[in-house]
Amino acid sequence: MIINSRFFNRSELIGFVALALLLFVILPLTLDVFRLNLVAKYLTYAFVAIGLVLCWGYGGILSLGQGVFFGLGGYCMAMYLKLEASSVANTKIQSTPGIPDFMDWNQITQLPFFWKPFHSFPFTLLAIILVPAFFSFIIGAAMFKRRVGGVYFAIITQAIAAILTILIVGQQGYTGGINGITDLRTLHGWDIRTDHAKFILYFVEVVLLFGCIVAAQFIRLTKLGRILVAMREKEDRVRFSGYSVANFKIFAFCAAAIFAAIGGAMFTLEIGFMSPSFVGIVPSIEMVIYTAVGGRMSIFGAVWGSLLVNFAKTSLSESFPQLWLFGLGALFIAVVLAFPDGLSGIWRDYVQPHIDRLIASRKSKARWADGSVADGAPAE
Amino acid sequence: MMFGDYSIGDLGAILAMQGFAGLILFSVYVLMALGLAIIFGQMGVINMAHGEFMILGAYVTWMTSNAFQHYLPSLFPGYFFVAMILAFIASGALGMLVEWGLIRHLYKRPLDTLLATWGLSLILQQAYRSVFGAREVGVELPDWMMGSAQARESIQIPINGMFVMGLTILITVVVAYVLFWSRWGRQVRAVVQNRVMAGAVGINTEKVDRYTFGLGCGIAGIAGSAFTMIGSTGPTAGQLYIVDTFLVVVFGGAASLLGTIASAFTISQTQSTLEFFLSGSMAKVITLLAIVAILMMRPQGLFALKVRK
Amino acid sequence: MLIGHRPKEFLLAVEALTVSFDGFKAVNDLSLYVEENEIRVIIGPNGAGKTTVLDLICGKTKATSGSIQFRGKELTKLKENQIVQAGVGRKFQTPSIYEDLTVFENLEISFPRGRTVFGSLTFQRDAAVKDRVEEVAEMIFLKDRLNVYADQLSHGQKQWLEIGMLLIQNPDLLMLDEPVAGMSVSERAKTAELLNRIIKDRSVLVIEHDMKFVEDIAHKVTVLHQGQILSEGTMEHVKNDPKVVEVYLGH
Repeated sequence: MIINSRFFNRSELIGFVALALLLFVILPLTLDVFRLNLVAKYLTYAFVAIGLVLCWGYGGILSLGQGVFFGLGGYCMAMYLKLEASSVANTKIQSTPGIPDFMDWNQITQLPFFWKPFHSFPFTLLAIILVPAFFSFIIGAAMFKRRVGGVYFAIITQAIAAILTILIVGQQGYTGGINGITDLRTLHGWDIRTDHAKFILYFVEVVLLFGCIVAAQFIRLTKLGRILVAMREKEDRVRFSGYSVANFKIFAFCAAAIFAAIGGAMFTLEIGFMSPSFVGIVPSIEMVIYTAVGGRMSIFGAVWGSLLVNFAKTSLSESFPQLWLFGLGALFIAVVLAFPDGLSGIWRDYVQPHIDRLIASRKSKARWADGSVADGAPAE
Repeated sequence: MMFGDYSIGDLGAILAMQGFAGLILFSVYVLMALGLAIIFGQMGVINMAHGEFMILGAYVTWMTSNAFQHYLPSLFPGYFFVAMILAFIASGALGMLVEWGLIRHLYKRPLDTLLATWGLSLILQQAYRSVFGAREVGVELPDWMMGSAQARESIQIPINGMFVMGLTILITVVVAYVLFWSRWGRQVRAVVQNRVMAGAVGINTEKVDRYTFGLGCGIAGIAGSAFTMIGSTGPTAGQLYIVDTFLVVVFGGAASLLGTIASAFTISQTQSTLEFFLSGSMAKVITLLAIVAILMMRPQGLFALKVRK
Repeated sequence: MLIGHRPKEFLLAVEALTVSFDGFKAVNDLSLYVEENEIRVIIGPNGAGKTTVLDLICGKTKATSGSIQFRGKELTKLKENQIVQAGVGRKFQTPSIYEDLTVFENLEISFPRGRTVFGSLTFQRDAAVKDRVEEVAEMIFLKDRLNVYADQLSHGQKQWLEIGMLLIQNPDLLMLDEPVAGMSVSERAKTAELLNRIIKDRSVLVIEHDMKFVEDIAHKVTVLHQGQILSEGTMEHVKNDPKVVEVYLGH
């Protein structure tokens, strides 16, 4: 009667170690800071993708609005950094010194009330988690308690992504508009634009990412993880086993939102700005494709999917910008039609068996050499 | 601050003009949403590429107009009718091809149709960009569609707007007839209600699916024709409308044709009336927020009936 | 609550229950009383409203009017999961199990502990859970299939699994919708044996068409027709009721 008794099974452990080696050792040793910073940018999407594994892969709740939470996290961080960059000394040429430059350009003379708390770093850190958690809770509670799900939920979350983008672009005096919040300089006095800072931030991000991986794996292995699967399959049966289905969906949606927000905050730190182009419909649905490419049921797959799709995007759109959209479109279709389990499915079906066979043959050879095999285990 | 500067008469004229502007938006919404409602309501397929089918219709209209200008200038005043038919055929044919190559493999996975058709929309956008260029193109209208009728001293009604309206009504009536009174429409509804049974009594369900999807896309093509009169056509113009149109369909209660029309009317009028008093973006935000809020309270849409699950 | 009003032994008291769908009354002014440890079978022609009655009791469908009292609790005001927690279990007509989980996990989810979000995060698979799962698995003839994914089971085994999921919930009122439909002869016999074992210490409400099976297990039979009770009593009584004969054979 031993199922899931270990935190990682063997193939998950291999995945964990391989990913840790790659992100902690190989990439930092082989890439220059510019490239490493690109990887860091790709990895911020992995946070979103891990959340989507829980919410969509396990819970069956497809959110097309994860950009909203990525953006909320990112904007919270950007507001703090922007205020620090807009000290009275830095902005004395403005007509109102001490407020962010874009506010000054838009004839705003006083810092809006919702900006004020972002002078405090602890508040900002809390807000990065709590603001998206709050919004996802409200959206989730409103929809799941009324049994809105599936396609309707997807469309409504997409509409919310559209609303937030239009709002940010439209209210440029308060949000920086289409350009976003730019020209961020220091975090608590520490210059984040230097190569050294980018190197450090990369490691901070990878540590956080592994934190999220472990948290997601923990959730997956608890009974809650199995209830998510059960809910995806037979929602009514779960309900008539005495569970409040809505609460579990809200939990999964909130967890995904928080993961996304951490990714967004790291994005702002690494890249040095935040703009509505990471919030809307198009980035939100692209985040879903990272998850789908990696395999919607695989936490490690989510990281690989984010890395590989973004890598392909950068290299293709640099050299063949036209090919990229064809490629991305084809990827959407292929991953749905031919590879619904994504990379992790391909690994499981085509690569894993070979490795298993290899290991088995090694073992039997070793035993053969030992002379301890009496029953003539087949070498293949 | 909103109303203070206007006299009652001015306000009336504003409301009438905005109302009319809203009616053109309404026409595009209805034409887009009709096709989407057929595909989503009848087949349960989420077609995120619907906007691109519309834009295909718009490009076909543009090409037809160019062709008439060059080769048949004497017939130019009537080109629009030819263009509409060609747009319907082009989008409908592409729709049937897509149904055959993509959609029919996904009937039991609605969320996956959403992702796959999004991928299709990206491919189509890039194809338009490669073929027609990234710049937006505008269609030249024949003289008789230009200008406007002077309804009252302060109220002007553009003729092309009236034409689009008339067209919308005509198409809606035809679609309603086809779906509810024709033999083929009965087959579509039979397949929707019980696919296995419909197959068992001799309905070719695959053919019904293909033509239904084709019809929905074809109507989007006609919407594209109408669209050329009020906006310029570019590779990504269709994407701007897709979320709005989905909200129209969902808000109306997915399976109800009348609901779709009523919801398109409500949404377009709200938006264009608000647009006069607020900035365009805030009008849009408030309209969308209102729809989302209402959908949260009444998820089945405005016009859905209570039925046993 | 006002338990003194009606005879205390009723576990379930359904009174003047009505539900209408767009004007069609699927259940019409229905009253039904089930005692502790009673096995009640509901029969009736197709469309009589049998499944709807179960849907109403377990909260899947909301009543238009009327009341459902269970142990003094008004069920019409509760949510589905609260009704389950009050002690009502429901098996659906088609096997409703989680095919992507193992038999063990299917049963474990129904174990009545850790039903909140937090509770399920901290849920431990301790000895009590394992013992109970194994005990139930033995009863439903699936002891050697605990680690098999449920989609590998036969139709009959899936039905048993769902019955097992209800058993582990330990409800006071068990509602079964056609538990032997689609089963082979030998599976039917085993199911009857299983049901006879599990109906001890609880009340059971069964919808069934198989008259042999009904005669075997029923204490009392209720005949529904067009959303109303046509006849009620022992199998013998019901069989000889001219109204029932009319409905079943008259047309």
